[in-house]
Amino acid sequence: MPAALKQFTDTYLMWNEGYLIWISDILIALTSIGIVATLTYFKKWKWLWKEWLTSVDHKRIGIMYLIAALLMMFRGGADAMLLRTQLASPNSHFLTAEHYDQIFTTHGTIMILFMAMPMIFAMFNIVVPLQIGARDVAFPYLNAISFWLFFFGAMLFNISFVFGGSPDAGWVSYPPLTELGFDKGPGENFYLLSLQISGIGSIATGINFLATILKMRAPGMKLMRMPLFTWSVVAASIVIIFAFPALTIALALLMLDRIVGTHFFTMLHGGDPMMFVNLFWIWGHPEVYIVVLPAFGVFSEVVATFARKRIFGYTSMVASLLLISVISYFVWAHHFFTMGAGADVNTFFAVASMMVAIPTGVKVFNWLFTMFRGRISFELPMLWTLAFVPNFIIGGATGVMLAVAPADYQYHNSYFLIAHFHQVLIAGPVFGLIAGMYFWWPKMFGFKLDEKIGRIAFWLFNIGFYVCFMPQYALGFKGMQRRMYTYPAGMGWHTLNLISTIGAYIMGLGFLFIVVQIVYSIKYGERDLTGDPWNGRTLEWSLPSPAPHYNFAVIPTVTDRDMLWVMKQEGREGELRRINPDAIADIHMPKNSGRPFLMGLAFFVAGFGFVFNWYVLAVIGLVGVALTMILRAFEWDDEYHILAEEVREVEAALGRL
Amino acid sequence: MSTSTDKLTQGNGPSHAKHRSGQYVLGYLLSLVLTAISFALALTHAMHVAPLMIVMTILAGFQIVVQLFFFMHVTEGDGPPYHSLALILGLIFTFAIALMSVWIMGFGSQVS
Repeated sequence: MPAALKQFTDTYLMWNEGYLIWISDILIALTSIGIVATLTYFKKWKWLWKEWLTSVDHKRIGIMYLIAALLMMFRGGADAMLLRTQLASPNSHFLTAEHYDQIFTTHGTIMILFMAMPMIFAMFNIVVPLQIGARDVAFPYLNAISFWLFFFGAMLFNISFVFGGSPDAGWVSYPPLTELGFDKGPGENFYLLSLQISGIGSIATGINFLATILKMRAPGMKLMRMPLFTWSVVAASIVIIFAFPALTIALALLMLDRIVGTHFFTMLHGGDPMMFVNLFWIWGHPEVYIVVLPAFGVFSEVVATFARKRIFGYTSMVASLLLISVISYFVWAHHFFTMGAGADVNTFFAVASMMVAIPTGVKVFNWLFTMFRGRISFELPMLWTLAFVPNFIIGGATGVMLAVAPADYQYHNSYFLIAHFHQVLIAGPVFGLIAGMYFWWPKMFGFKLDEKIGRIAFWLFNIGFYVCFMPQYALGFKGMQRRMYTYPAGMGWHTLNLISTIGAYIMGLGFLFIVVQIVYSIKYGERDLTGDPWNGRTLEWSLPSPAPHYNFAVIPTVTDRDMLWVMKQEGREGELRRINPDAIADIHMPKNSGRPFLMGLAFFVAGFGFVFNWYVLAVIGLVGVALTMILRAFEWDDEYHILAEEVREVEAALGRL
Repeated sequence: MSTSTDKLTQGNGPSHAKHRSGQYVLGYLLSLVLTAISFALALTHAMHVAPLMIVMTILAGFQIVVQLFFFMHVTEGDGPPYHSLALILGLIFTFAIALMSVWIMGFGSQVS
């Protein structure tokens, strides 16, 4: 091999680093070839572009978010398997220290920012407009931009594994370790730029959905008549809007440190690395509430639907959602109690952190009281909701333990912490969003996911969860610290680590069963012909599955909370399911546009340029971004009408006239 | 479509007619001038650090006001005044986060 080529493959493709990279290269190549070949063979390129990549339809965007989130869950899960394999036995050499660092960094970043975030955005997109009786979100074009910024941000982050090298300073990326002097590699730049790009999209989504919910509800749907999932989106959007700017600032300043040579977070020239920690957690703590609040919303919908009862304590549910979103801003310092800010600071943040348990407890009791004397049926969404309750209670209780500042000096950065946050983040967002996925899957695709395979997946994932994480509490007490790539024999950690690894494999198996379930159900899943497979309570279940792309032929008028359920009780749900042909008018819709996709691509190019300090490429990308914005500014003809006649035909074909 | 695109169609219509481009140019110039003043003060070390911080904070406050009035049309709009609520909430969060950060990060003066 010529020397220049060898240098390229060693520097950028990292072919000298061993078989993990080679396997990934081969898998990526095969997958790409497979996708291209399939699309070409079935002549689907045009379909892909016209129906999906350029779509501004919230339902399509939601489905794309969901697919991306599941793929990222696979990537993050594969990382977790590698980490647990490494830790299964003492003195293991399965991974080197450098690789272990990279893998726990990508595991954390992907799971929070590229799995949990798109998963909640998938639910926002698919459910909110249908629940509030709207035809799309307030800014459909911006919604598409949000998705493509997330998508290309995630691509930029993931490509680091096989091109240039992964980030390796943890998902929190603290300086001074992440300053140029200690971390030369492009990995850290990948982290900073990909988070920055997808962060813009997240802020836009927060604004979009707050505007949608405040401005576009169906007539008569007062705020206190909104379904609780929609309320949870309000709470999460408020947190997104006010929290994400702190992350943007922290990342931007760190990037300036690395690229321009400023001294915001260095130890020299008046910089202070702890300021990054402070800024990061001003975003970081609200972030975990951003991902858990929509899960709470899903549980509220699922519990009411499958207990066949109105939710207990609706007003207190709304109040506790909003209270959590406000308290979430006053707890961030509990992530660095050990910095030594002093007893007064630690006391304030310890008490504030414990207070979060109050509104959360209110919610748990309300779910339990809703189930009390309900006619509960144990279908998949309800199973995951029931599993959430005990799981989240343990996670919450250990959270209160961690919130005790003096005790935190003992738990800090130990496996006790690892077990705690996995427990709340898996029981909350993961169980919640899987429940939500099962619940609204028929609404998205028109068929149910197979119950039998789903139950196997449920039990594997749940049992695996406890087997994996309960030993980690004990490991924490036995002194095992997070981010250790290996440990000597004779520490008494081996057995517990081995059990934990077995649990992780069981969870992985559970995830594979979900994949099998989806694939099986595409062909054999029970078709949802009524549009209301669960005997639902809210407006989205009055529509056919999947909903026509204008959603409501006639926007319904809302007079009650749980509108559909109330109408069912009064025997007049037909009013929502039988449309009066004369009431149908022309429907005003936004046009599809390829520009959001191209804008995301331009951001990707710019980000890639900055990662390697290839400024020509960066400028080309930024010019592309500017161009797409300018072209949008001069676009007047970006909407069209679906004629009433056309709507009548679609509705007639659905048997709704 | 309801609200959002209805407004889009009226891009040249009555509801947007009152936004003369002059207003945007004025706002743009004001924000540029405010930015230039802060940069100049910082680069020339025109004052001591403490008064400089105060002046910069005040300039930043003006910048927010300019953005809100000239570009975000905070005084306009119909329906319930959600935006005032959001602004108040934003102010509370901003002040809480800024002041509490000063409080938390003040530890450096004791340690070093």
